[in-house]
Amino acid sequence: MMSKSRYLAQAAAAIAAMVMTMPVRAALEYNMPVGVTDVSRQVHDLHMIIFWICVAIGVVVFGAMLVSMIMHRKSIGHEPATFHESTKVEILWTIVPLFILVAMAIPATRVLVEIYDTGGEDMVVEVRGYQWKWEYKYLDASLNEQVSFFSNLATSRAEITNQTTKNENYLLEVDNELVIPANTKVRFLLTANDVIHSWWVPDFAIKKDAIPGFVNEAWTYVEEPGIYRGQCTELCGKDHGFMPIVVRVVPKEEFQQWYAAQLGTDSGDEALAVAQLAQ
Amino acid sequence: MSAVIDAHHDDHDHGPAKGITRWLYTTNHKDIGSMYLWFSFIMLLVGGVMALIIRAELFQPGLQFVDPALFNQMTTNHGLIMVFGAIMPAFVGLANWMIPMMIGAPDMALPRMNNLSFWILPFAFTMLISTLFMESGGPNFGWTFYAPLSTTYAPESVTYFIFAVHLAGASSIMGAINIIATILNMRAPGMTLMKMPMFVWAWLITAYLLIAVMPVLAGAVTMMLFDIHFGTSFFDAAGGGDPVLFQHVFWFFGHPKVYIMILPAFGIVSHIISTFARKPLFGYDSMVYATSSIAFLSFIVWAHHMFTVGMPLAGELFFMYATMLIAVPTGVKVFNWVSTMWRGSMTFETPMLFALAFVFLFTIGGFSGLMLAIAPADFQYHDTYFVVAHFHYVLVSGALFSIFGAVYFWLPKWTGHMYNESLGKLHFWLSFIGVNLAFFPMHFSGLAGMPRRIPDYALQFADFNAWSTVGAFVFGLPQLLFLWILVQVIRTGKQATAEVWEGAEGLEWTVPSPAPYHTFATPPVVR
Repeated sequence: MMSKSRYLAQAAAAIAAMVMTMPVRAALEYNMPVGVTDVSRQVHDLHMIIFWICVAIGVVVFGAMLVSMIMHRKSIGHEPATFHESTKVEILWTIVPLFILVAMAIPATRVLVEIYDTGGEDMVVEVRGYQWKWEYKYLDASLNEQVSFFSNLATSRAEITNQTTKNENYLLEVDNELVIPANTKVRFLLTANDVIHSWWVPDFAIKKDAIPGFVNEAWTYVEEPGIYRGQCTELCGKDHGFMPIVVRVVPKEEFQQWYAAQLGTDSGDEALAVAQLAQ
Repeated sequence: MSAVIDAHHDDHDHGPAKGITRWLYTTNHKDIGSMYLWFSFIMLLVGGVMALIIRAELFQPGLQFVDPALFNQMTTNHGLIMVFGAIMPAFVGLANWMIPMMIGAPDMALPRMNNLSFWILPFAFTMLISTLFMESGGPNFGWTFYAPLSTTYAPESVTYFIFAVHLAGASSIMGAINIIATILNMRAPGMTLMKMPMFVWAWLITAYLLIAVMPVLAGAVTMMLFDIHFGTSFFDAAGGGDPVLFQHVFWFFGHPKVYIMILPAFGIVSHIISTFARKPLFGYDSMVYATSSIAFLSFIVWAHHMFTVGMPLAGELFFMYATMLIAVPTGVKVFNWVSTMWRGSMTFETPMLFALAFVFLFTIGGFSGLMLAIAPADFQYHDTYFVVAHFHYVLVSGALFSIFGAVYFWLPKWTGHMYNESLGKLHFWLSFIGVNLAFFPMHFSGLAGMPRRIPDYALQFADFNAWSTVGAFVFGLPQLLFLWILVQVIRTGKQATAEVWEGAEGLEWTVPSPAPYHTFATPPVVR
């Protein structure tokens, strides 16, 4: 007995060692990110609820199918039955799914209503899509432009054409990041100058099309400072795959300093604008 | 029944004409059906090569084989060719072959139009593919060709694309008119609507969908044509037009269109499962009602493709609820298929394997469809590889697998020979493994954040993409084996009986194998 449990312990230690020495790679993401906003967490929960409901239905349906394929084979001499309808069962499996759908629709509606509540913002940023870059404009309370800049892909041509090693943020890095303050309701106004683009930051659960001639709205309230990356998600021509989005979320005070630096002066008017923006 | 077949020896029955004129001038539903099927198989290979070019480029991060401009042409033409050139014509080909034989009609109702509707297609697709060799390159704006990328910013060759779509649309409309006319007028005495085989029912409903939406597509491309050449601004915001209008019009066509590509598959699978379970189809009536409900719902869910365009909340909610509702009739169909198998006496020949894989994998595609219907979650899924995984599960392991199943199911009837069962099963298993290896990891790369239609991607998506590429080649290569199986069965093979399959039911199994050039010159009587 002693030796057996010792072998087990040794085997466990060996497996643990193997797991721990496995080459460290970019953590293998295979699910929707939980994200860093209340909305993104709710969307993730919704996604998981629907997923598990589908798994449960799948287990029942595929289970019945597999049992039938194993038990009801001609090769094991199973004789075919002749039934071909049952009104009772057919009504049952029309009604039950309806109830399941209603159960899904209720939380989905709640989250959607919250996503659409774009009012009560603390600051407004205009996001404008171009072939193939983004422009960000910080607007004041009366939607006048205060600060604006373009945000281009920063990955080098050499990396894309495989002449040098690709860095960790390959294709997800820009020259000028969008900077927003934490714990602030930021409202985005999205539009485009040429073709349709779509602005997606998975960690905020925001994806909204930027359409020429239209102004779309979205909002976020990020609690956690950090760097969040996304991409254009509407085919917009040749370099559609090369116009990433990087948002740097910083504490409020840091944002005020950054914004003042962007304005580049300490004149009274602009200082006021900063104060209005970040409160 | 065989007495009926023998009765018309002394009338002016004649075989096919000799040489090329047989195919150019034919009005015979079997010849036209074969041409449709061969055409769609060629398109499957052409579109498949484009898919392999896409997957080769995506095997690793970085640009290796094609530049982004060509990559976009590959994704666009892969989609257009598979949807309009491979799946659609294959179903029309099956309809041509089987509907007259299933309802006891001597031919299609409008045989000359039948010839025309086929022969338009090779010209349409030659025109489309020729754009790839033009100076401006071919269509590069995605198979959904959203304006203004496809109008103001399109390559010059877009006009050829517009006319190719017009021609393919005209062909589909003529095919649909023909099918409706045939089914409504030429059924054998005694075959009431509610006695029709499921494949015929599915196609009757599909044909109405086609007639309803192909003109809408024609309208969309005509507005594009006017925007490009005649100075209008339907979709150009700078001229007061509306780019979102394009999407509404396109998806009002596009959503019924994706059901057009799956309803005939439902019919086929119903026949195959009932045959190899040796048991009548469970819930025939509810199958008909479910198919009709799906067809109706397909007209009121189009904007679920557009959850991110910024519709008002009420619009989002309406399209979310309507889309979720589709799960009910679709569920009924899946439950009915499983009940048909239940307590049957099943065997697993190649058609049955494809049909079972259809039920299994189409249902997985249905689950991801249900997830996509949830608007807030769709904001995360939209235009990512999750969507790519979803529609390949329903279109490849759904529609295409049903077509493979149908071909193996009816090949002995068409050629008079049994195909090589071991090779058929090999074709199935390689396809099954390849499809899942190619498309299942796409769920993960999509959820992890990979947008679709990009030629290069961030490093965290590398593993899933490598698997997808391996899967794509595992799936692509056995289609050449399929070609070999087809050539073999046409030339030689064990003589097939009239009934072919032990559990086969229906008029098509009462005529000899191979089916004579003219069948049911005298209509059979259905009790």
